[in-house]
Amino acid sequence: MDFEQRGKQLRVLEGVDLEVYEGEFLCLLGPSGCGKSTLLNCAAGFIAPTSGRVSIDGRPVTKPDPRRVFVFQEYGIFPWASVWDNVALGLRRLPKKEQHAIIQRTIDMVGLTGFEKSYPMELSGGMKQRVEVARALAVSPDVIFMDEPFGALDSLTRLSMRSEIIRIWQQERKTILFVTHDVDESVQLADRVVVMSSRPGRIVDVVEIEARHPRNQSSPEYTRIKTRLFEKLGVSASI
Amino acid sequence: MSALPFVFAALGILCLLFAPGRTRTFVYPVGVSLLGLAAWQATCEFAAPTAFPTPGQTLAAMQQLIASDRLWGDMTASLYRVTWGFFIAAAVGIPLGLVVGWSTRAFKALNPVVQGLRPISPIAWIPIAILWFGIGDGAGVFLIFLSSFFPITVGTTAAVQNISLVHQRSAMNFGLSRLELFRRVVLPAAMPQIITSLRIALGVAWLVIVAAEMVGMSSGLGYLVNDARNMGSRYDLVVATMLVIGAIGIVIDLLICQLQKFDEVRWGYVKR
Repeated sequence: MDFEQRGKQLRVLEGVDLEVYEGEFLCLLGPSGCGKSTLLNCAAGFIAPTSGRVSIDGRPVTKPDPRRVFVFQEYGIFPWASVWDNVALGLRRLPKKEQHAIIQRTIDMVGLTGFEKSYPMELSGGMKQRVEVARALAVSPDVIFMDEPFGALDSLTRLSMRSEIIRIWQQERKTILFVTHDVDESVQLADRVVVMSSRPGRIVDVVEIEARHPRNQSSPEYTRIKTRLFEKLGVSASI
Repeated sequence: MSALPFVFAALGILCLLFAPGRTRTFVYPVGVSLLGLAAWQATCEFAAPTAFPTPGQTLAAMQQLIASDRLWGDMTASLYRVTWGFFIAAAVGIPLGLVVGWSTRAFKALNPVVQGLRPISPIAWIPIAILWFGIGDGAGVFLIFLSSFFPITVGTTAAVQNISLVHQRSAMNFGLSRLELFRRVVLPAAMPQIITSLRIALGVAWLVIVAAEMVGMSSGLGYLVNDARNMGSRYDLVVATMLVIGAIGIVIDLLICQLQKFDEVRWGYVKR
């Protein structure tokens, strides 16, 4: 994937060949600027790769589609609409009664019961991200793309949001493509971790994690995987 | 020097020092105004008696104005011109700004024209306005239209162009049609900035109408200011009229600020 910047071609991604399985939780792990967000945007259909192609279920991806919902890091939901109206965005074509049932169920699922009429500026960062996840879930997509969705939150909220997303994933069994630069996050969440290097972005390795949820952070298995990921990233884990 | 400046100053300082928390929004400006009054009164007593009317003389003139027939007629004339000119400018400027902001082609075609006409002061348009509409309300409305149109259009264009990419992508992700995109994303996202440009335009309109009436009309508050000076150097009436102009300006601004209180736009005025 090449971008043009100040007249020069900037190669952001090279030789990326990846297959994602249905229902799996896949993490793209890499340092900032390694192209993982670009890869995610290509997969979602927001930008087209300069060479190569993206296909889902055999069909090529050329533009964004409600069956593949993107969750942004921040400012994704609309500040001018209430929580209810935000979650309703993808459901606007359905009859009112059906909409009502789905929206309420989704809001309950992300733990925002009681905040239906609130506006985003009245909510904390974590709550706003829950709204965005709710908005994505409401349309029951095939794939959910998450671009460092918890990156703007404080570390405690991040931990609880990770538990939430695993809980929701286990319940709904969606395919999730999750971008992060946090090694812990990838080990805690993913079935498979795709490690990427930067400039140009390449896939260094794919690490499978078979441990079941909830995953214990102090187990030797966890530490082993984490060390391996740090190695692959070329980063020392000791400070 | 009389005791009056000291009385005003003392009252002002009392207001500023002892206003309880909840009343400060109202009492602090009153305190500052009282200090201003003190300075005004003191300056008048030191300077020549004909340099500027005292607060007392101005108050008497204000009472005279209110009692007379002229004030209401002139107030209505000015407000009428501003209201019509402003609303027509908004009705034309907001849609035009939305189009120019959204369509790159429209922007390339029309923005240079807008930017070229914008710097021409509405006051410079007065001779043309009188030529086309004669001396009267028509010319006034036209001038206010001109003075409001540009801030509204430019502000709306900027508002649309500033819509975040993330919002646009979310909209595309959920399969919004162009019309839905406009109604659910473009318009609401641009609205806070549009309201701000309306507020600015209204402030400018009020400035312009007074100036226009001083130069080229035969009624209105601006005309009243000139008239007061012409009929025997009644500077007390001049200052009293100026105060009325200022007061109406505050009221108009407060009214339009009410638009900012709706939930759908409040987010635009909050610090992130």
